[in-house]
Amino acid sequence: MHKSLKRYFPVFAFPTLAAFTIGFFIPFVMGIYLSFCKFTTVTDARFIGFGNYLKVFTDKTFLHSLWYTVAFTIVSVVFINVLAFAVAMLLTKGIKGTNLFRTVFFMPNLIGGIVLGYIWQLLLNGILAQYQKTLTYNSVYGFWGLVILMCWQQIGYMMIIYISGIQNIPGELIEAAKIDGAKPAQILFHVTIPMVMPSITICTFLTLTNGFKLFDQNLALTNGEPSRMSELLALNIFNTFYGRTGYEGVGQAKAVVFFLLVTIIAIIQIRLTRTKEVQQ
Amino acid sequence: MEVKKVKHGWLLTVFFSLLTVAWVFPILLVVINSFKKKVYISRKPFEIPFGKMFVELENYVRGMEKIKFFDALKNSLFITICSVAVIILCTSMCAWYISRVKSAFSTAMYYLCLFSMIVPFQMVMFTLSKLANMLHLYSPIGIILVYLGFGAGLSVFMFCGFVRGIPLEIEEAAMIDGCTPIQTFFHVVFPILKPTCITVAILQTMWIWNDYLLPYLVLDIKRWKTIPIAIQYLKGGYGSVDMGAMMAMLVLAIIPIIIFYMFCQKYIIKGVVAGAVKG
Repeated sequence: MHKSLKRYFPVFAFPTLAAFTIGFFIPFVMGIYLSFCKFTTVTDARFIGFGNYLKVFTDKTFLHSLWYTVAFTIVSVVFINVLAFAVAMLLTKGIKGTNLFRTVFFMPNLIGGIVLGYIWQLLLNGILAQYQKTLTYNSVYGFWGLVILMCWQQIGYMMIIYISGIQNIPGELIEAAKIDGAKPAQILFHVTIPMVMPSITICTFLTLTNGFKLFDQNLALTNGEPSRMSELLALNIFNTFYGRTGYEGVGQAKAVVFFLLVTIIAIIQIRLTRTKEVQQ
Repeated sequence: MEVKKVKHGWLLTVFFSLLTVAWVFPILLVVINSFKKKVYISRKPFEIPFGKMFVELENYVRGMEKIKFFDALKNSLFITICSVAVIILCTSMCAWYISRVKSAFSTAMYYLCLFSMIVPFQMVMFTLSKLANMLHLYSPIGIILVYLGFGAGLSVFMFCGFVRGIPLEIEEAAMIDGCTPIQTFFHVVFPILKPTCITVAILQTMWIWNDYLLPYLVLDIKRWKTIPIAIQYLKGGYGSVDMGAMMAMLVLAIIPIIIFYMFCQKYIIKGVVAGAVKG
């Protein structure tokens, strides 16, 4: 069969391969090369070595947005996962209305980042207006605004994953722990959490990468205001590319740094949580 | 045992009911404000529009004119539906091929797909938009190819995971009976892949429908706007934002999603779980 299928390469594999090459592979390789070049369009690229990278690490806005992104990601990962897990625990107890609650909590996930950003801009600005402030008054407001927005959007998604993890725990395990006299807190930390570790791995991975890559919500909610102080990395890179001409190379170098950061963090995170998973 | 479990059940139900109301509140607020005269929206966002504040459907009419909402809706629908259909067809075929034909190419393709899933869009943003421009992919039809390329990673990866679980004997039996690989794929393999198709379709629809940056950079946005682009345009294109039109358009942007969610809720939640477990 392999032989006869192999002849059908043009039908089966070629369309995806061609699109993948155009949509991902060539831009990726060219992106790495261009990060070492000075250019304004792709065709006038001139090799300049590490010059762009030097500019990246002396760019104050980049360093600020790096810390801002790291802080935002850590805070949002903790909040989203703890709250989603808590909601999932409570919604697997079999109370009335569970289905309705799940449906509603999940819904914000389907709404796009731009629309979400403007929904929360209205609400948060409305609340802050009582104190004569707006979201763009101080980058701290933008920070917590984004955290609240991301919680609202992602708790439902993570909750669904945690619920399926909790439901997969064999009932006997909990029963056995109860018979052995374990307190609820002990059951939670020594049975439930180790058993849902695979879900925790997935959810932290998703929230971590989503937080790091966040763009649309940031653009719509504060657009980096006041004066680029609430700019996350993705938006900073975008503004470097399209904000000032002559800085395309720096933008591309920032993008490479960003890519390396996301990859390294994702790999470390998966390693860390995978080792805590129990084999069944 | 059962009785003990739900001892405080009613308390939890009350608590979650309140939380549910709070959860819907931001959307409700936008709906309320979409019927308010625009000057009152920033000033009194929490008041119900009565009397002189109430403007009936004025905001909707003005917003639709400003951003040509139905054109944007049409573009969004066309791009999303076609891209998802093309992604499912092409990547499932590709995944079957690279799972069944063992070669250096197959292995390389598999790992490249896996790798592409983690690469942030900003990494390829500039070069991709220039390349797409050079190849004249800036129309709603051209962008389908870009989505196929950028969405291939996740879909190929998920289909591969599923194809591995299909026993080879079924396909071999079909081949012995005289099916060509194309017939084998469409009559035997593809029907088995249906659950994964739904998962992939849900995940890709959620991504493409809401995607802002890729179409913004690739499409010729003077001629074609998608809904997220149209909404952002409402904000960026004018000196002061027309809050009334904005609220109305936000409501119109949410409605298709709510309808989609109501009809496919079961599949969406299943798809998310399946996607997470595979990923």
